[in-house]
Amino acid sequence: MKKYYLFFKLRFAAGVQYRMASITALTTQLIWGLMECLVYKVIAETYGEYLPMNYTSIVAYIWLKEAFLVLFNTWNTDKDIFGMIMNGDVAYELCRPFSVYSMWFSRSVGGRISEALLRCFPVLLCAFLMPKPYKMSLPVSGGAFGLFLLTTILGMGITVAFCTLVYMLCFFTISPKGWKMVLVGAVDFLSGNIIPLPFFPASVLKIVEWLPFAYMQNVPFRIYCGDMVGEEMFLAVFKQVFWLIVLIGLGVLLWKRVENRIVVQGG
Amino acid sequence: MGIKKTVTLYCKYASICVRSLMQYKVSFVLMIVARFIISFGEFLAITFLFSGFEEIKGYTYSDILLCFAVIQISFVLAEVFGEGFQVFSGTVKRGEFDRMLLRPCSLILQVIGTKFEIERTGPLITAGIMLWIGIRSSQIQWNVLTIWTLIAMIVGGTLLFIGLFMLGASFCFYFIEDTSLLNVLTYGAKTHGKYPIDVYGKGIMGFCTYIIPYTLIQYYPLQYLLGKTTQWQFAFYPVGIIIFLIACYMVWRIGVRNYRSCGS
Repeated sequence: MKKYYLFFKLRFAAGVQYRMASITALTTQLIWGLMECLVYKVIAETYGEYLPMNYTSIVAYIWLKEAFLVLFNTWNTDKDIFGMIMNGDVAYELCRPFSVYSMWFSRSVGGRISEALLRCFPVLLCAFLMPKPYKMSLPVSGGAFGLFLLTTILGMGITVAFCTLVYMLCFFTISPKGWKMVLVGAVDFLSGNIIPLPFFPASVLKIVEWLPFAYMQNVPFRIYCGDMVGEEMFLAVFKQVFWLIVLIGLGVLLWKRVENRIVVQGG
Repeated sequence: MGIKKTVTLYCKYASICVRSLMQYKVSFVLMIVARFIISFGEFLAITFLFSGFEEIKGYTYSDILLCFAVIQISFVLAEVFGEGFQVFSGTVKRGEFDRMLLRPCSLILQVIGTKFEIERTGPLITAGIMLWIGIRSSQIQWNVLTIWTLIAMIVGGTLLFIGLFMLGASFCFYFIEDTSLLNVLTYGAKTHGKYPIDVYGKGIMGFCTYIIPYTLIQYYPLQYLLGKTTQWQFAFYPVGIIIFLIACYMVWRIGVRNYRSCGS
């Protein structure tokens, strides 16, 4: 276990290096969030009571999305790993006496958490200091906050497991960039990153809820703002655990297949 | 160098880029499909959002689609032609810009000639669908002036985005590193420009008119196109982008003058 912890620490330290980039990212995210809030504000002014989420919840959802962007995004996958698969350095990884799957998994988790910790506090601070209609709200209750933290970790686990699965798929094709983007585009939409899932029509939502993507950022953010409560909430946590196990299991199985037929490209 | 020669040279550059992309056909097709899926998701998002209500600040579903389609087409075209500016920090870092300075040929031509990204055209499929829906269900009176307005919005938008890319590239002369500071202005405008700018309120309206003139290619001509105003002069506002483009070119020129090589 210790060696995986060290991979986590290494990636964490590397992530802390880029400060200037963080400042640029912060401004971008604040503007992004604010623009989204402005649109929903106009919508809420006219159709307030008909919306599937109330306005304060939407604002909280948007700011959480910005603050924890790096935890849940699927497009900013670990570039090192993609590079290794493409240029053949993956051969070195195979020489190490570790499980490659666990190594990549822990490395991704480390990279994401280090970046998220750096980025979430400034964004959240600014979001709490925003003027009234765009102000971030506190979690609805202490219990909700606790569950929010738990489901965030579970949701991130699902995201990382999914991304690692995509890395594995890259061994079966020489042009991974295209496949990655196809999957990322679909996931971005299905996980509620473009519009929150409650805004989906009921019939579509029913299908989407069968997919693992609905259990990434959708669950923690909606628990935080009190949009997901009671039975639905506990069922969602249960489904998160289920998908986490399934996706990790699939990844490990796929890795076994990769290991048997691996052809290293490049040198 | 004459215009004819410049155009032939650019076509040569473009054909080389296209041929090099065609070496990886699967990757090429996948990239187009991927970008199409991403943009289609955004289209679906608007559709889903509008399943719950009728209009945003007086704009109907089809109005928004029309607006989004125009911005998307502009942005894609700008990316296809202006990608050379987007990757300019790499050009400077590797010292390739020094080589360009030595050639007896326009610098801008060489910079935009380094990339011709037809694999970015995937979103055009979505934009086509949105434009079709938008035009079919709108009450636009089609005549020479409205057709001109639509085309002027797209061309003006393309030039505006290329101008922003050029501005971003000019910063590379000073910072070397890719600052990505201007991404808010380019990607941000692409994402948030799907709604007419007045939705965002007065402050944003002001910024988008006097600092970066987005309203010239989006809000004002759109008002005329959708028949919300009878002021025909709005149809000619996109022409104003030329002034913005000249301003960007000035910044670029200052950047080139102050350029110090850093590559090896």
